[in-house]
Amino acid sequence: MANQMTSSMTGSRLDVHLRYKRPGAAAESFELSVDFQLDAGITILFGPSGAGKSTLLDCVAGLLTPSVARIALDNDLLQDSDTQVFVRPERRRLAYLFQAPALFPHLTVEENVAFGLNHLHQESRDNTVRNLLEAFRVAPLANRKASQISGGEAQRIALARALAPSPRAVLLDEPLKGLDAELRSSIVDDLRAWNRARQVPILYVTHQRDEVDALGERVLALDRGLIVAEGAPHTVLDAPRKKRLAYAAGFENHLSAMVQDVREADGVMRARLAGTEADIEVPLGYATVGTRIHVAIRAGDILLAARKPEGLSARNILAGVIDSLEIHGPTVVCRVNAGAMFLVHVTRGAGRALELAAGQSVWLVIKTHSCHLVDD
Amino acid sequence: MNIVEALWLSIRLAVCVAVILLLLGMPLAYWLAQTKWRGKFLVESVVALPLVLPPTVLGFYLLLVMGANGPLGKLWTAWFGHTLAFTFTGLVLASILYSLPFAVQPLVVAFESVDQRLLDAAAILGASRWRIFRQILMPLSIPGIITAVVLSFAHTLGEFGVVLMVGGNIPGITRTVSIDIYDHVQSLDYAAANRMAIALLLISFAVLSTIFAVNRRVWSPWPTK
Repeated sequence: MANQMTSSMTGSRLDVHLRYKRPGAAAESFELSVDFQLDAGITILFGPSGAGKSTLLDCVAGLLTPSVARIALDNDLLQDSDTQVFVRPERRRLAYLFQAPALFPHLTVEENVAFGLNHLHQESRDNTVRNLLEAFRVAPLANRKASQISGGEAQRIALARALAPSPRAVLLDEPLKGLDAELRSSIVDDLRAWNRARQVPILYVTHQRDEVDALGERVLALDRGLIVAEGAPHTVLDAPRKKRLAYAAGFENHLSAMVQDVREADGVMRARLAGTEADIEVPLGYATVGTRIHVAIRAGDILLAARKPEGLSARNILAGVIDSLEIHGPTVVCRVNAGAMFLVHVTRGAGRALELAAGQSVWLVIKTHSCHLVDD
Repeated sequence: MNIVEALWLSIRLAVCVAVILLLLGMPLAYWLAQTKWRGKFLVESVVALPLVLPPTVLGFYLLLVMGANGPLGKLWTAWFGHTLAFTFTGLVLASILYSLPFAVQPLVVAFESVDQRLLDAAAILGASRWRIFRQILMPLSIPGIITAVVLSFAHTLGEFGVVLMVGGNIPGITRTVSIDIYDHVQSLDYAAANRMAIALLLISFAVLSTIFAVNRRVWSPWPTK
């Protein structure tokens, strides 16, 4: 116990290296692949819906078992796939707050907060619970049934419950979703106050920009399973896609576009291609309406159709005219003018089947997620 | 005294079966609700078998297994000096198998309907699987547990085919209410059959109405709202 006290006073560190793909997931779905360190204090994990944020937290907590992983808290291994180490969730001594409070409905508020303190004597358990309920301003609710409590109060109680066993690291998954800004910041202040003496790493997941500005000392930006940027909030948010530059190398098409519409719930944006009347749908990025974005598309990710296709899941169908054709080994390289010039690769067999020729009208079909946002 | 003897036997049998099935059914249902094993459907099929099998078929095979020459019967005789068939213990064993789906299915449904995030939260708070089962899963599955007990009790109280095959018709030992009614009808004693039938009807009605009155969420053929 004394050892744990000293290590937590000096601030602990969480190392996470893991690769995870949901079993039975569709072939084109992405793999979560991350490698990062968390020091004491709040780190924001920021990214659009479906970027893999909750999956990442589930892996760290031990609720999911990634096939390749090395997760360590200071010198204590939580999982190491090389040496077959896997510490079960109940032995990791972490706190994890879900989007929903998940209070045990059949227990009182007090019993909920005491749940993780089973190892303590009655007296010190009662003291800890009382102190936490006061620190999180829910002391008057102590004897109420948890099923009667909702909203911000329930989430405060859930936070008190998660922190009660003195966790060595804290995972928070959009814990304040749906609460108003004032309430959110007061809960975060309480969390900071709690961590002042303890100095544990806190990973705070959000997809809301304003929360990043309000909270963050450090931000990790996660997109489609990869950490695409990290650093102070303003560097990550204002000059975001740095990491993606290298990633985008080898894309034949680079297009400039202006954001028309951001549909956060769908995880997409609509953007007008520069110099055209054509809109394309692209994945949600760190941009607002009116921002100029750059889109990279692989020539091999674009489909060509001789007639206007219907009933496709692909969201982008653009009309164009073949400007020129060139044969490179097994590949036919088509330059298609659709307002902007597109390079499209098709196989020679496909070229023959479509009877492609310069001057011919064609349709370009591009999936939303084949459009990659990159820096200038 | 005939009527009291048969009734007392039936109720004793139903209580024994309901209690044992609860103790056996909970771990089995917990395993079925939690496992990701691909062969799970095989176990589910075996558990559900008594739902579709005629009681006489089940009773027939149980009689073969429990009889003096059956594997279980031989073992039992070697240990206890008498066969398992045509005894109260044999009746309990057979009834447990016959009512197994009525206990296990409501339990599986109840366990599966508990929010997985509550179980996750409990695990992260350091609770062992046994503690999660005792303090979270079980209390939140009370309606399903009551349903399982009521259904196994009621189903055992009214069973006939299996009892007749395995137990025969020994007064005070295996002659349950339904066998007794059948016996009276066979000997054209309709008045005695009627007394017995009314007693069974009233008991069944009393049990069900008590349970439904106490807990509306218990399984019933009637929609709750």
